Amino acid sequence: MLLFLLRRVGVMLVTALCLTFVVFFLTNLPAKLETLAKTQAGARISDAEVASWLDRNGYNQPMLVRYGEWLGVVPGWTREEADGTIRGRCIERMGPEGAGARCGLLQGYWGHSTRFRAPVGEVISTRLGATGWLMLWVLIVMVPMALIVGIVAGMREGSRTDRSLSTFAIASTATPEYVSGVLFIALLASSTVGLSPLLVSWGVIPGPVLFQGNARSALDQITFWNFTLPVITIALYGMGYVARITRASMTEVMTQQYIRTARLKGVSFPNIVLRHALRNALIAPFTVIMLQIPWLLNGVVIVEVLFSYPGFGWTLYEAAVNNDIELLLAASVVAVIVVLLTQLISDIGYVYLNPRIRVS
Amino acid sequence: MEELGWLAIIGRIAQQLLPVWVAMVIVFALSIRFKRRLGLYGKLFDSNVGMVGFAIVIFWIFTAIFADMIITHDPLAQLRGMRNAVPGSPLASPGDHYPYYLLGGDSLARDVFSRAVMGAREVLTIAPFAAMISFMIGISLGLPAGYFGGRLDTSLTFLANLVLAFPVILLFFLLVAPEIQETAIPVVMAGILFLVPVLFVSVLLNARFFTQPMKRNLYVGAALLVGLWAYSGLAFNADPLGVWGMRANLLNVFVAVVFVNAPTVFRIVRGITMDIRTRDYVAAAQTRGEGPWYIMMWEILPNARGPLIVDFCLRIGYTTILLGTLGFFGLGVSPESPDWGSTINDGRRLLTVYPHPALVPALSLMSLVLGLNLLADGLREESLKD
Repeated sequence: MLLFLLRRVGVMLVTALCLTFVVFFLTNLPAKLETLAKTQAGARISDAEVASWLDRNGYNQPMLVRYGEWLGVVPGWTREEADGTIRGRCIERMGPEGAGARCGLLQGYWGHSTRFRAPVGEVISTRLGATGWLMLWVLIVMVPMALIVGIVAGMREGSRTDRSLSTFAIASTATPEYVSGVLFIALLASSTVGLSPLLVSWGVIPGPVLFQGNARSALDQITFWNFTLPVITIALYGMGYVARITRASMTEVMTQQYIRTARLKGVSFPNIVLRHALRNALIAPFTVIMLQIPWLLNGVVIVEVLFSYPGFGWTLYEAAVNNDIELLLAASVVAVIVVLLTQLISDIGYVYLNPRIRVS
Repeated sequence: MEELGWLAIIGRIAQQLLPVWVAMVIVFALSIRFKRRLGLYGKLFDSNVGMVGFAIVIFWIFTAIFADMIITHDPLAQLRGMRNAVPGSPLASPGDHYPYYLLGGDSLARDVFSRAVMGAREVLTIAPFAAMISFMIGISLGLPAGYFGGRLDTSLTFLANLVLAFPVILLFFLLVAPEIQETAIPVVMAGILFLVPVLFVSVLLNARFFTQPMKRNLYVGAALLVGLWAYSGLAFNADPLGVWGMRANLLNVFVAVVFVNAPTVFRIVRGITMDIRTRDYVAAAQTRGEGPWYIMMWEILPNARGPLIVDFCLRIGYTTILLGTLGFFGLGVSPESPDWGSTINDGRRLLTVYPHPALVPALSLMSLVLGLNLLADGLREESLKD
């Protein structure tokens, strides 16, 4: 088991290294650096000024050296200005003794965000906190709903309940977040169209709208009113897939010999489902739920942009739009770590839950 | 003139869609008449779910084909006084135009109905082809990985996992940007990715006909000629006759979508190949002395077609969703483009006041993907029945 873990962690590290290099490469292309120089030093500067700005700020070294600097395995650049002051990557944050020192990811320094004008570590950690709450509620809504739909549908294969629930699951996988989000806003969060004006005229709800279409206020306080729509929007798209896997797993379990034995013994149907089938049917959905988490990231970006909720996804979007290199790199490191960690957990959990599989 | 009521709007839309109804009725009548002779496709008409899915899918396909006849206005034309007009509004000054905006106008006073119809064409020209190329790449790499195993398998699987570990949205932000279009990256990637289908078809034909050199030379030569011709046009925009070609931003989108999809297909094909490799008919072919490519292409692949066809339908749907995501973030599309994703994005600013410009493309996209998923479900059900 230990060897298996070590090997998995090793592969993870290599993967993370490759991926961050790809991101580094794509964000540091000459054309992108030019955009960066123009956003930082003024949009109308000439090509020569762009070149000198890049040179002054250490962007003219070879790509690999700068990647090493960012990682913290190569000493940061230093440079003597015409007036004798010494500037450098590490001097700006460590003071004069920073000349020749390493400052990068390994030293815990994530860089400086040009979009938010704050240290990247700070930006990422507060935004991740906000997204953490969103994800928590998404999982609280999504997982039980998906499991119940899947189990009820798979309990009696081919029945009318099964057919309608399966169709519902298919429909939910066919509705991406930017479609369901738009539908929900138009239907529930508009004061002129949809349900809200109707409910107001009946006097059912006190406010102008049933739910709020903008989740920014959820940063201060999460309420049913401002958080329902973003949570439902993400949960709905992820739910269908998990429900279908649960259904497939449940139908397979229900045809097993021991279920037939239990039935012949005279065990009641609810008892069969709850005590005999459920435990074996939940192995496959568990791994799928774990693997679904990185997949939800897509939805998180879309939903946070759509409902203007300043979380991790919104930050990623802003970083990408403004070519905020160091923030984008940090965000991709976080995203890649989430993907790889959930893969690892799902592998370990699968082995743990299913005694028929041994790691060696 | 008066504003149209909902019934009148539906009636007029149905009238505009007349060519689609006619084509659908013909397809359904012929298919149901001859369904016993049409193999898996014919069996689709035994399942209600499959039939509904198929109906939705061909509805959109015919809408895309007959888009020029269906639209009531130029999708880019901005008519005076029609900004954010509600569905069924009469034109302020009709002239020789169609007298109504059937589904209203958007924030730039363009006709929502015509844009949604043209959007279908936009989506349906990219999604199936992107899915097809992803499939050819996945098959060409997945077959040898699953069949030979060993170091080839390990390295290809590592590469596939590498791409899959990338959050899709991040990859899109990085890969589909105006700055990237100016570099050689999309062209180089297209050069590699588009070469695979040409090689795939050539190897496929060569493996089948290498015992008859005359026939082989003819088929492989023809395939290479057409393939390389299309390849030069699509990947490098250097088609000498100018038939094939792709705009830079479209190529960028295409490459990104294929790049995201191919590893998943690879994993599926690899898994199926590893399973089928142990069957008796493969052992028989090996004993006969058939070459590895013949066995892969003509023994294993045809027997893996069931799950692959089902996944192909799902993948077109997923590609449609990805294209919508790209449009939603305004990546890689020209600003006036009527494709559904960017139309939703344009419409969401005034969503709470004028929902129709965003709702129409949103519902269109949803119904197309739903149709593809139902079709896949029906096909899966029917292919499991044998």
